This record gives sequence, C-alpha cells and structure tokens, in this order.
Amino acid sequence: DIDGVGRKYHLELVLEDVLGKDSTVNCTAEVLYHLGNKNIAPDVQFTLEGELKNTEEADNIFYNRIKSLEKELVAENIPDSRGNVSPDMEPFHLLAWVASGYVIWQNSTENTKFQLAQIKRVKQVKRSDEYLEFDYTILLHEMVSQEIIPWQMTVLWHPQRGVQVTQDSRQPKHAPE
Amino acid sequence: TSSMKLILIFSALFGVSLCLETFVGHQVLRIKTRNEEEVKKLQLLESLEHLQLDFWINPSTSALPVDVRIPANSIQAVKAFLESYGIEYSILIEDLQIVLDKEKQDMAYNQQRERGSNVFNYGTYHPLDSIYAELDHLVSEYSSLVSKLQIGESYEKRPLYVLKFSTGGSNRPAIWIDAGIHSREWVTQASALWTAKKIASDYGKDPSITSLLNKMDIFLLAVLNPDGYVFTHTTNRMWRKTRSKNQGSLCVGVDPNRNWDAGFGGPGASNNPCSESYHGPRANSEVEVKSVVDFIKNHGNIQAFLTLHSYSQLLMYPYGYKCTGPADYAELDALGRAAASSIQSLYGTTFTVGSICTTIYQASGGSIDWSYDYGIKYSFAFELRDTGRYGFLLPANQIIPTAEETWLGLKKIMEHVRDNPY
Repeated sequence: DIDGVGRKYHLELVLEDVLGKDSTVNCTAEVLYHLGNKNIAPDVQFTLEGELKNTEEADNIFYNRIKSLEKELVAENIPDSRGNVSPDMEPFHLLAWVASGYVIWQNSTENTKFQLAQIKRVKQVKRSDEYLEFDYTILLHEMVSQEIIPWQMTVLWHPQRGVQVTQDSRQPKHAPE
Repeated sequence: TSSMKLILIFSALFGVSLCLETFVGHQVLRIKTRNEEEVKKLQLLESLEHLQLDFWINPSTSALPVDVRIPANSIQAVKAFLESYGIEYSILIEDLQIVLDKEKQDMAYNQQRERGSNVFNYGTYHPLDSIYAELDHLVSEYSSLVSKLQIGESYEKRPLYVLKFSTGGSNRPAIWIDAGIHSREWVTQASALWTAKKIASDYGKDPSITSLLNKMDIFLLAVLNPDGYVFTHTTNRMWRKTRSKNQGSLCVGVDPNRNWDAGFGGPGASNNPCSESYHGPRANSEVEVKSVVDFIKNHGNIQAFLTLHSYSQLLMYPYGYKCTGPADYAELDALGRAAASSIQSLYGTTFTVGSICTTIYQASGGSIDWSYDYGIKYSFAFELRDTGRYGFLLPANQIIPTAEETWLGLKKIMEHVRDNPY
C-alpha cells in the first residue's frame, strides 16, 4: 500500500507462447492501482528477460493476404459455439487477443478479471495508407460478476508498426432476454 | 461417336464388376498323404489347370496335410482321382458359399450392434435431446447397474434426469455428482456424460470402481439446467442462468449457483434480475435447485456432493459465502490436493486448490456451501478446463481429455469417501 496513492503489486511471471508452449520468457512487472478514481487504468511497468519470438514472416504473409482482398473481410463468431477457429481466421483471433488486452488493461481494477470470450464480429475497414484496420465487436467475460460484456474496438495493425486500439467503447447488452 | 464408345466401355466395366465370383457348391478337402508317391500324385493334380484347384496348403511333404478348394464341377473328377490311388481325404467344408454367407451375416449383425451401441460420439457437443437419448441408451446397455430417475422438472417443464449407479442394497451411502448448473459451461455436461459411460463400463473391470459400487451408489445429474442449455444452443451461447421469469423485470433467469440456502442473499450475489449472478427472490426459488435439494434430503444418505463447472481449473471446497474455513478444512484441503495431483498426472493440467472464497471470490448461495452445512462433509466444486484461452468455448477435441483427467480427480475423492464412512 502506498499512502495517498494506491496499491502496488510486484509480479514475477513467465510468459508462455500460446502457439509454442515450449517457448517461454521470464518477466517482472509492477502494477499500481490508483486510489479512489476507478476510471484511471492501473500503471504498468515491465521488463522482459529475453526476447519474444520473431514472427515477421507470418506477419507479412497475413498482411499481404488481407491487403490484397478485393472485398472487405467480414467474419463472425470466432471461436464458434464449439470452440472451432478455422486456420484462416486464427490471425484475427490472435489480433483480437492483443487488442482486447489493451481494452482490458484500461478497464481493470483490483476487483475485476477479464478474459476475451469471443469475437462476435470483425469487419475490415479499407484504408488508403499502409495500415490494416478492423472494426471488432468482442465479448469480454468478467469473472467476478460473471458478466458477458459486448465491446467495440477499432484496431489498427501493421507488421512493423504493431497494434493500436484507436477507439473502443462498451456496448449495451442486447435486449434483456 | 466418342460418347457412344464411352458408354460401351462403361457398360462393359459395369458388367464385369457385376460378375462377382461365387463359391456355391465349392468344397474344401483335406488330403492326408502317407508317402512321397502320394505327394507327387497331388503335384500332378496341381498342374491340371482346367480343374481350377485352389490349394490352401500346397503338396510339398507327406508330413503336412494338403488343403484344397475345389470348384463344384471339378469335385467328381478330383474325388475319383484320389480314390483311384487310395489317397485318403476328408471334407473340411461341404459348401464354401454357405460358410461365407454366414460370415457376412455375422459381420453385418455385429456392425449393426456396434452402430446401435457406439454411435454416440463422446468427443463432441450434443444438444439436449441427444444427451437424453444417450442416457436411455446407457441404461439399456448396462441395465443391471444403471437406472434413470426423474427428480423433477425445469421451469420450462423439461425433465431433470439423474442416472443411478447401483449394485443393489437399500438406500446405500451414495455420492452425488452434477454438471451443467451453468448452461454455458458446455464441457461439464459433456464430461458428465463421458463419466457416466466410464463408470458403467469400468464396473467389473476396474478394482477401485468395482469395490466402490459394491458398497455405495452413485447419482449423476448430467444437465442440472436443461432450459439454459437449450437456450445456449438456440439463442445465446453465453447464457448462464435458468430461464425463469422475474416478476417486475424484463430480464430473465436466476443464477442457480446463488440460489441455494447458504448465506443466501449475502455478498457475491446480486439482487438485480438483469445480473448474471442474480440470486433470485428467495432461496430454492428455482425449481431446478429445489429438485436437487429435495432429492438429497429425501435420500438421507448422501456422503459426497461434487459439482462440475468451467472454466479456470480449480478444485474448491467450502465456503464461498464466508471467508472463514470449514471445520474439516484440513481434511478437505489434503483430499483436494491429492485429487488435483491425480488430475495433473494424466496430461499435466494444473488445478488450484482452496476454498471458494480464497480461491476465486466471495459468493453466497452456492451449492457446495449448502451441502456442506447440511452435513455432507465431502463437498467439492470443480472448475474444469481451460484457464481462459477458449474459456466457455472449449474446443470439442478437449472434451475427452478433460473428462479423463477430471475422472482421476473424482475417483480420488470417491475412494476416500468409500474408505472413510461417517
């Protein structure tokens, strides 16, 4: 506890590559939850001990594939009800993971635990510049309340420039059913 | 024209394929040769191609018998030949076609039986009707061990079916297992079904389960919340609660795991009908919950209460409604750890062990808190795979591995219950 400021956590974690379980990187981090105002995202500082895998080749293949599409890509329900993700949809799943990580960080408190539950819809938005843009509607699962929260996020991506969430907003739950 | 040629070729091929070989009237003889002379005679017979003899064991030495299949219209000639030289023979098969027909019949019958009994794929997600059909199938396949009871009806009037595994006795001490209290947790209903099959097929083979069922009964409720389950198939995959209407609200459903009479209405449950953790108007307001409570109370001899949830990979004991430990904390914790260790031994899946309150969050009105306070010491809640990568949408190819590893944990607990009556 830091008087007048908030509560700080010191973490030691191991990052494991979802696509290659034997690839791990140690990490230390400090997370500060601010006192009072719950609308401020926690401060996060971290150090990676080692390097993350190089994914340049796969990134470029995906980038070129999408850039060359004639019609804007649209997809729904990733994974589907049975947990299936088709191989060509997997990159969208992974991208949503990264982007939702940002959204989750921005909305976390000491009493929340968010997970990406599903991509309800992803729609490509054509751009004239080099970036790829996707409009996502995702479902976040909040563990403590058990709520499923629809969330919209606009995601920009470029193989060398990384991921950006340029806009995001919590959506109203569908008509109470 | 070329198309005419094609038709001709195709019909020729078609004709040939229809000309199947049959073995009507073919006999198989076993010929016993006494010396080299006789072997030579048979080798002469072998060379007569027009007879179309098919030697299953060729003539080579007098030490071995010679088996030969003879087409119907060569039989007379061959027998005459053998008899004229005094060579002994016996008829192994009178009419080969009859033998082949019987074999075909047997195979078709077995395939049918197999189709009838093994058509259910435990490694995929099924709608409610299929699950219910499979329950009936298990009862008929293992009728001396398994029976089905209806303990009540859901809000929308669907039957609540419990499978009873029993080798007899009267009101033996019993273990209760339920799944699917939260309908979106699909791997739990699927695992429960696999577990039912496992228990039934392992009885008489696995010493542990056999000794357990010789002393105790097992009750398994694979789908505690059928209305919710159907809703996840038809409308909203993420539905958690029951489907009961809430007075004065447009929002539907009550969280069945906040509806039990254990710290009801306390922290960790919502009084807002639109919330996923809405506790309901009063304890046991949900007919699904009440049906289980009534069953347990009426039975009077339930020794363990085990409930399956997903996801997070946790193995928890009471309490959820308060953060103080249960009186049997030490024993439950040790048993939980042993069970988690068994689970891990199969595929390396790690489960975190602890009380509900210290492991996830404070949550009132939960089932294992009620069962524990009711007097059922061995009350555990499992949260199965995974830890969030797929969450509720666990790929079907993980159903069986999940069920297999969970089974080891369940078994560990059940064995302890069997060996520690109270």
